[in-house]
Amino acid sequence: MLMSSFWSMWISILTILVIVGCFVLLRICSKNTTPEIKEGESMGHSFDGIEELNNPLPKWWSYMFYITIVFGVVYLIAYPGLGNYKGLLGWSSSNQSIGTDQGIKADSKAAIEAAATEGRWVQYDQEVKAENEKSGPIFQEYAKTPIEELAKNPEAVKVGGRLFLQNCAQCHGSDARGGEGFPNLTDTDWLYGGSADEIKASIMNGRRGMMPPKGGLPVDDSEIPGLVAYLHKLGGAEHDAALAAQGQGSFMKGCFACHGMDAKGNKLMGAPNLTDNVWLYGSSDGKIAESIKNGRAGVMPAWKDMLGEEKVHVIAAYVYSLSNK
Amino acid sequence: MKFNHELIEKNIGLLGIFTVLVISIGGLVQITPLLFQKDTTEPVKGLRPYTALELEGRDIYIREGCYNCHSQMIRPLRAETERYGHYSVAGESVWDHPFQWGSKRTGPDLARVGGRYSDKWHEVHLIDPRAVVPQSNMPAFPWLADNKLDGQYTARKMTILRDMHKGEYNGKDLYSDEEIANAQKAVEGKTEMEAIIAYLQSLGHALK
Repeated sequence: MLMSSFWSMWISILTILVIVGCFVLLRICSKNTTPEIKEGESMGHSFDGIEELNNPLPKWWSYMFYITIVFGVVYLIAYPGLGNYKGLLGWSSSNQSIGTDQGIKADSKAAIEAAATEGRWVQYDQEVKAENEKSGPIFQEYAKTPIEELAKNPEAVKVGGRLFLQNCAQCHGSDARGGEGFPNLTDTDWLYGGSADEIKASIMNGRRGMMPPKGGLPVDDSEIPGLVAYLHKLGGAEHDAALAAQGQGSFMKGCFACHGMDAKGNKLMGAPNLTDNVWLYGSSDGKIAESIKNGRAGVMPAWKDMLGEEKVHVIAAYVYSLSNK
Repeated sequence: MKFNHELIEKNIGLLGIFTVLVISIGGLVQITPLLFQKDTTEPVKGLRPYTALELEGRDIYIREGCYNCHSQMIRPLRAETERYGHYSVAGESVWDHPFQWGSKRTGPDLARVGGRYSDKWHEVHLIDPRAVVPQSNMPAFPWLADNKLDGQYTARKMTILRDMHKGEYNGKDLYSDEEIANAQKAVEGKTEMEAIIAYLQSLGHALK
């Protein structure tokens, strides 16, 4: 966006004045203003035995100064510097003035097109363009390949792995084994389904788990130990049979609505399978009791706007490859 | 009197005036015009004011010195935009006082961190960064989970912001009287953790 002509003039005049001023100052200082004293002779001051001699400015230093002035003038002709003057090269670093009218993305696109038609060189846009020309066809090729097939392409998996490390490892870990509350992606246990399309959908749109405290059911806190025992029983772990029998009763108050009658979960809601030995939030009595008592709400952010579908597709292939060797 | 070196060298007041003049030229040329330019003074489309909780979170962000290691300024370089998202534009921080652009990164840029991680991740990460990122050298901030906000100054902060930017939010004020009246209620009893996470999740919302 152009600044008002006042500020444009302000900048131009001050800048030119400074350059001219430097030049004039240098000329004045290069002259011998005390002709009565010859070059190299004493100026007549002496302090502590240190004497000031009438020496000219060092030649190399003055020349450097002149070169700097010439460089400054050339730069200001070639590049934008003097107010609204765009410079002979039409160069700019980026389109900083976008985002004020039509929203950033529309403006961004419009700005790129405008720069192209006006023959201006926008450094950032050119960088992006050069990279898109290089890697764009590769990603487009990958995008056409089904994920199952792409997962067998070692190069694509490597690209996906890099993107994973950059964007996903913060939660799922650099080895994709997750952590407490962050799912392990290398096993075959999936909350929202492990098919290629389901994985891609999870990354694209994110997932929002929602288990309210005690499932929102009329379960008393005193019933929780029973439920824990029942879950241990389902998972084939050591348990107190009497407590587990009580817990089964509590389970039937409604837990099955999400986790299923067989407690094997429901991927449409991301309700976990309770019969395996995979525990996202820990398998100790205390941890399970905490999950029941307070509920859990695991959130996977949506990446389609941040990464774009092409990159998500490749990440999905990487994730798919982890559990489908 | 002849105007020469000697005159300036022997007159401290004159020397002072000239010194100030010379060192202020850079600022007069590079900074002053920005104060009057639409790009730098008007919000980008889609920018919304911080909510009461986010505003408190922002102050905690500043209190804890997060800006010492995290910038909020994505430069227009492809390597940066690949990693962090669209480069920052001036209109995104018109309501930030002070802005949090920062000048150094030990940790990553946070200008568009909003929505990249879940609230839970932020909580775990702030309590113990190593729990989720083993290589991290970020300090832990466990007290955020314990400290509660009283919201004593929230309304005041919002009033000041509103008065500084009258009518700038799509022609309206940043906060309505009702929002300001409810400000303390909105944050009272919430933990500092909730506030700072709300703030972090709001970063970069104007453009993704």
